[in-house]
Amino acid sequence: MSETLTATTVIDPIDRDVALEAATPIVIVGHVDHGKSTLIGRLLYDTDNLEDGKVAQIIESSKKRGLAIEWSFLLDSLQIERDQGVTVDSTRLPFRLGDRQFVIVDAPGHRQFLRNMITGAADADAAVLVVDANEGAQEQTRRHAMLLRLIGIRHIIVLLNKVDLLDFDEQRVAAVRRSVTDLLGQLGLEPALFVPASARDGDNIASRSDRSPWYTGPILTEALAAVPGADSRAGLPLRLPVQDVYRFDDKRYVAGRIERGEIRVGDSLTIGAQGSVARVASIERWQAPQRDFALAGESVAITLEPDVIPDRGDMLFPPSAKPVKAARIRARLFWLRQEPLRVGETFRLRLATAEHQVTVASIDSVVRLDDLTEQAASEVPPEGFAEITLAAAEAIQFDVFAPGTADGRGVLVDRNQRIVGGAPLLGPADVAGEHNAIHPSGGVVDAAERRRVKGHSARVVWLTGLSGAGKSTIARQAEQLLFSQGVDVSVLDGDTLRMGLCSDLGFSEADRHENVRRAAEVARILAETGQVVVVALISPLAADRALARRIIGDSFDEVFVDTSLSVCEGRDSKGLYAAAREGKIANFTGVSAPYEAPEKPELRIAADAGSAEAHARELTEFVLGKTGRG
Amino acid sequence: MDHLDQLEAQSVFILREAYRKLKPLAMLWSLGKDSNVMVWLARKAFLGRVPFPVMHVDTEKKFPEMYQFRDEYTKKWNLDLLLGYCPPVEEMDPTLPPAARSAARKTAGLANMIETHKLQGVIAGIRRDEQGTRAKERVFSPRGASHKWDIRNQPPEFWDQYATPHEEGMHIRVHPLLAWREIDIWRYIEREGIPLVDLYFAKNGKRYRSLGDKDITNPIESNASTLAEVIAELETTRTSERAGRAMDHESEDAFERLRVAGYL
Repeated sequence: MSETLTATTVIDPIDRDVALEAATPIVIVGHVDHGKSTLIGRLLYDTDNLEDGKVAQIIESSKKRGLAIEWSFLLDSLQIERDQGVTVDSTRLPFRLGDRQFVIVDAPGHRQFLRNMITGAADADAAVLVVDANEGAQEQTRRHAMLLRLIGIRHIIVLLNKVDLLDFDEQRVAAVRRSVTDLLGQLGLEPALFVPASARDGDNIASRSDRSPWYTGPILTEALAAVPGADSRAGLPLRLPVQDVYRFDDKRYVAGRIERGEIRVGDSLTIGAQGSVARVASIERWQAPQRDFALAGESVAITLEPDVIPDRGDMLFPPSAKPVKAARIRARLFWLRQEPLRVGETFRLRLATAEHQVTVASIDSVVRLDDLTEQAASEVPPEGFAEITLAAAEAIQFDVFAPGTADGRGVLVDRNQRIVGGAPLLGPADVAGEHNAIHPSGGVVDAAERRRVKGHSARVVWLTGLSGAGKSTIARQAEQLLFSQGVDVSVLDGDTLRMGLCSDLGFSEADRHENVRRAAEVARILAETGQVVVVALISPLAADRALARRIIGDSFDEVFVDTSLSVCEGRDSKGLYAAAREGKIANFTGVSAPYEAPEKPELRIAADAGSAEAHARELTEFVLGKTGRG
Repeated sequence: MDHLDQLEAQSVFILREAYRKLKPLAMLWSLGKDSNVMVWLARKAFLGRVPFPVMHVDTEKKFPEMYQFRDEYTKKWNLDLLLGYCPPVEEMDPTLPPAARSAARKTAGLANMIETHKLQGVIAGIRRDEQGTRAKERVFSPRGASHKWDIRNQPPEFWDQYATPHEEGMHIRVHPLLAWREIDIWRYIEREGIPLVDLYFAKNGKRYRSLGDKDITNPIESNASTLAEVIAELETTRTSERAGRAMDHESEDAFERLRVAGYL
């Protein structure tokens, strides 16, 4: 027989209906060497959930290594694990207890494997926290308890293991129990139960121990059998995140999984941030009985009337039960990257099927794992826990994180598409309450003083328009005109920025966004010195320009250099349009990438007609008016 | 929703994620029971269609019944079939035990197909309960340019957020059946009426529980000649599914070595 192991569920034919029920996932966590793997091995053995030959294999394996029966070998089905003597990754073992199906998720105790643990634990309905009664709670006990809180596992069974080392002494067990209760209480976690046990010897695991006659509570198997099932999410208001839109034959299908609530043919639904409303025309199924409704958990394909086209990431919801909408969001965070997180870092926030660009606006507090207190800090350490504020370029629709649902389960993804953190969303950030936000060191000379000396106030004038619209030419000529009138002025030009400051960026949407962000930050710094800054940047997306406006604040003016595509393409002074049309340049604004014209710019320069000089004069007049020199 | 409904809904979700995020994408179709369930689930996800190619990495040592089945259902299910062939066993790592060495041909054949078709996603029908090494897998399992599986450095995977490729030459193995058990597969086949190669059903007191190459796969003792009888048999069995697969038994680590190198 192979030594690799598969625990299969053994089912009596009488009980076959039971196996048709969904399995309850239970995660087992705890500090390294507190006995998780031993517990699982023992549990599977005592409840007759092992295949023939498996026990003999374990004994054989243990003998080869000169050890007594090592129940943990059961899980160490990978050679590398056995070599290191630790469980490397999370494993799922189906297992049956009386009339109930479970899946045991084994999560490793070694701290560098937090990401593996979260992989196993995130979907569990309940947790068994194994604590060595002799050692008490350790660093990973606290870490794992914190994680149980962050992923929203509410039902926690504490297994006080190795009580044989305390001679099954009731008083000593009670003392450990108190300290663990206090620890969990700090996190707002209330364990459902404490079971004093010895996993190695099988005390109070699947059979009641006669060594702890004072203990009359449920033994572990009884406690597991009493774990409440997952809440039904069908009774909540509908959330259907759009996963994809298909067009097969002449029909358009909107596909997605119902996260909560139910959907019926004829329901009116609001579609995401665009907010249009459509009616469910049909729920389509292949090789399944037709029903005019579907419930939480089902993956569906629906057709809409009118035949609107949602995007992936749009949430479909009842008009009467809208999600929250905010551009600044407070979130908890479990940080999985090996380098610390700092304010100002930018990520993609994945939320169900949606993705949004977000920046870490502030680190509001970081959990100190020694005593679980929340501390102010400038960074989140590797594998740390924190509360942060995320800022997005546009308002994000979301539901506040709620254990037992898929609501508000944000995930941060870096530039390399790596998942670097989990971010349960807590709610819109209170803008006034940003006392923990970064405090950039401001200049000692204040703005009023600079204005008095320079004779004008600071300003950022943001020129947007197509490539070849004349932004740079107008900016440079206006610079001369303004300078000659004594205005302290500088120009930030797109091409110039891309040669230096932004030479690492390409033309993808994310890179363009970052390009805009950097230009805005530099403009803000220059404006703080009292200068007038003229930015000439295509900045095609309204959301990116909105970000610039937010970064710079009240002294920001948007100027639309409005030159039509045909005129720009006719000029094509750099030969770029021709190249883009030939497909030699990807993502070229106006040709193969969108340009979102400003709806309400502070100034619109109609640049199809007239000379650049005239346009520069128009801009100069505008700036003088805005800076108190007009 | 019962257990099978839940498994189906989750698999459909996974297949739709793969179709949306990984291009080009293909599904491995080994002609076995699990991979037929997988094709069926794709048709559930895409309303009767399979909108990407299915690949058969042919060792040319399968049972004749399997080739017949392939040709019949490629037409019936309107599949876009890609065929790949495996290099001769002499080219495989000679330090592997014989059956594992033979199985390694499939790894090489698969690697060739991934390169030929520049695949970014390969859907495969492995399950956690089949084998200890597979129990460690992710639903979206990234493979580097050499197709190696880096067990020690797997990405986090939670809340249905999956890894996507971020480097030239890497691909993702997508595992929509990871959470299914053998008994779930059979019950689903029964419920849905999914066709199977009849080698799975007993003739003369023997049937195949798992199908591989004919020289390295052994039948088990069984009189189960119908779906209901197979299910009844599985409900009381205490031996593992891959017991008939020679390569699983050759040495403790042969199978893991195969998997790290890119085997399914």
